[in-house]
Amino acid sequence: MEEKFAHPELRTPENLVYKRTDFLVDRPLSYCPGCGHGVVHRMLMEVVEDKGIGSITIGISPVGCSVLAYDFLNVDMLGAAHGRAPALATAIKRLWPNRYVFTYQGDGDLAAIGTAETIHACNRGENFTIIFINNGIYGMTGGQMAPTTLPGMRTSTCPYGRDVGIMGHPMKITELIAQLPGTYYVTRQAVHTPAAVRKTKKALRKAIDCQDLGKGIGFVEVVSNCNSGWKMTPVQANQWMEEHMFPKYPLGDIKVDGELVK
Amino acid sequence: MGELRLMKGNEAIAEAAIRVGCDGYFGYPITPQSEVMEYLMAEKPYETTGMVVLQAESEVAAINMLYGGAGTGKMVMTSSSSPGISLMQEGISYLAGTQLPALIVNIVRGGPGLGTIQPSQADYFQAVKGGGHGDYYTIVYAPASVQEMADFVKLGFDAAFHYRTPVLILSDGAIGQMMEKVYLPDPIPRRTEEEVISQCPWASTGKPPTREHHIMTSLDLDPAGQERLNLLLQEKYRVIEEKEVLYEKIDCDDAEYVFVAFGLSARICQKAVHLAREQGIKVGLFRPITLFPFPKKPLQELGKKVKGMLVVEMNAGQMIEDVILSVGFQIPIKHYGRFGGIIPTPDEVFRMLKEKIIGG
Repeated sequence: MEEKFAHPELRTPENLVYKRTDFLVDRPLSYCPGCGHGVVHRMLMEVVEDKGIGSITIGISPVGCSVLAYDFLNVDMLGAAHGRAPALATAIKRLWPNRYVFTYQGDGDLAAIGTAETIHACNRGENFTIIFINNGIYGMTGGQMAPTTLPGMRTSTCPYGRDVGIMGHPMKITELIAQLPGTYYVTRQAVHTPAAVRKTKKALRKAIDCQDLGKGIGFVEVVSNCNSGWKMTPVQANQWMEEHMFPKYPLGDIKVDGELVK
Repeated sequence: MGELRLMKGNEAIAEAAIRVGCDGYFGYPITPQSEVMEYLMAEKPYETTGMVVLQAESEVAAINMLYGGAGTGKMVMTSSSSPGISLMQEGISYLAGTQLPALIVNIVRGGPGLGTIQPSQADYFQAVKGGGHGDYYTIVYAPASVQEMADFVKLGFDAAFHYRTPVLILSDGAIGQMMEKVYLPDPIPRRTEEEVISQCPWASTGKPPTREHHIMTSLDLDPAGQERLNLLLQEKYRVIEEKEVLYEKIDCDDAEYVFVAFGLSARICQKAVHLAREQGIKVGLFRPITLFPFPKKPLQELGKKVKGMLVVEMNAGQMIEDVILSVGFQIPIKHYGRFGGIIPTPDEVFRMLKEKIIGG
């Protein structure tokens, strides 16, 4: 194999301070440059590695940009129909109670077509982890309006901006499911800065750890950008996200240890 | 040893599921099949065999729970009735495309739309011609008795796992609700996790360091790859057509005329055969047990020996298309159907045989 590095002699164990986890497949991601999916993939798989649960983890990818997450996450995976990941996870966790099960879903998948599955899995107090990427748009299909699209925000199916009088309001499904007794840990994070990435990793760990307690769903929303769908550069997209998405979708824990904290 | 019991068809399905070592049942209430889940919830197999029983929030969720369970190699099933089975079609297509084993029971009621809660056979096309999107078939068993309701659970799971394909039991509200004597075999223990992993080496059960990760999906964005999958599926269906055909012939050896009917209609026609024979008319009954694969060859052979066939169905004429495709146009083949939950009587179908075939 061709050596990819300029100074292979420097790649000694004592010099190795940071590496790609073996639970990420060594292949180029299909996501746009600047997208948050890759970072969340990495944090999630680092948690799996840190916790030592790679051989007993089963993941479910959605329909949307992360439909191909199973190509990158080096654990056993299933690809769900649009919105149905929580139904798959419900059955898998009940049939394999000693496995760690997670769903990885976007906003269209989790908060539009899959709303019923999301709410009922949370309400039953299933013991799996939901990772919810909210970028306010349908990325994969080319930038259509999502349930989380902000008022006034332009997408290809609301080209003059989301008119809430006609198209309804953005849905804060994370706050909604936090109200249900079956959720145990609910948080909203982001991955636009190194500090935010570190917090997200901690949140993912806590959400996976919920499965050890058997007290209900661990739910991590990650507010992310979609620079392609938003038609911005990655830097502009992250700035726009801070200025517009965060006021509507404020970061931080919403429910901890089964108690609402916000 | 097993045991004999008097049970409803729906209860027999539930009891058989427990006894074959089913791992999970996921369902949603709908008349006339709700007894399946009611029976399971009352029996509490999760406390005895460890079988999971869960009432889902919808048929859509239930079929996707099946998809999840099947993708991990577990023996999973659901039951519903016509409108609910329509809601499940996307999931059944996914099961077929991902090549996953699962058992789906349709206790058919009259349609279209909300229709009626009375028995019908109007879901024949949906069951045997694919049902959902894409090129696929499911193996379809059509029980005609409570005994067969129980027996076909084992048969269905065996075929589902052998071919890695979803299997349907296509019954109706009358067989689901009626009580008959049924022999139940001794329970088979559920497979251990180790057995599931060794018997389903393709499944997503958790990736040990010794193998590549498994991906359960029907998606292949490369057209060449998707065509390969389709060719593989079609090859599988040809093998199924070759090996899995089941049918029953009653009084066909000397028959001049035959009824062709499945499920409940076959029970009615069986009585009509007796009525005809009492009058000295040599009538037989050909009953397809598998609707896919359809018993084309045996029916074709029978077509060479008889003077005419009356296809009796509780629908507007669905299986008759497969009968004509099998037999051709050399002899008269006519249809008699009742719909909307009306069950024809033996006298009625015998009269129709005389009117449409013998006298015609």
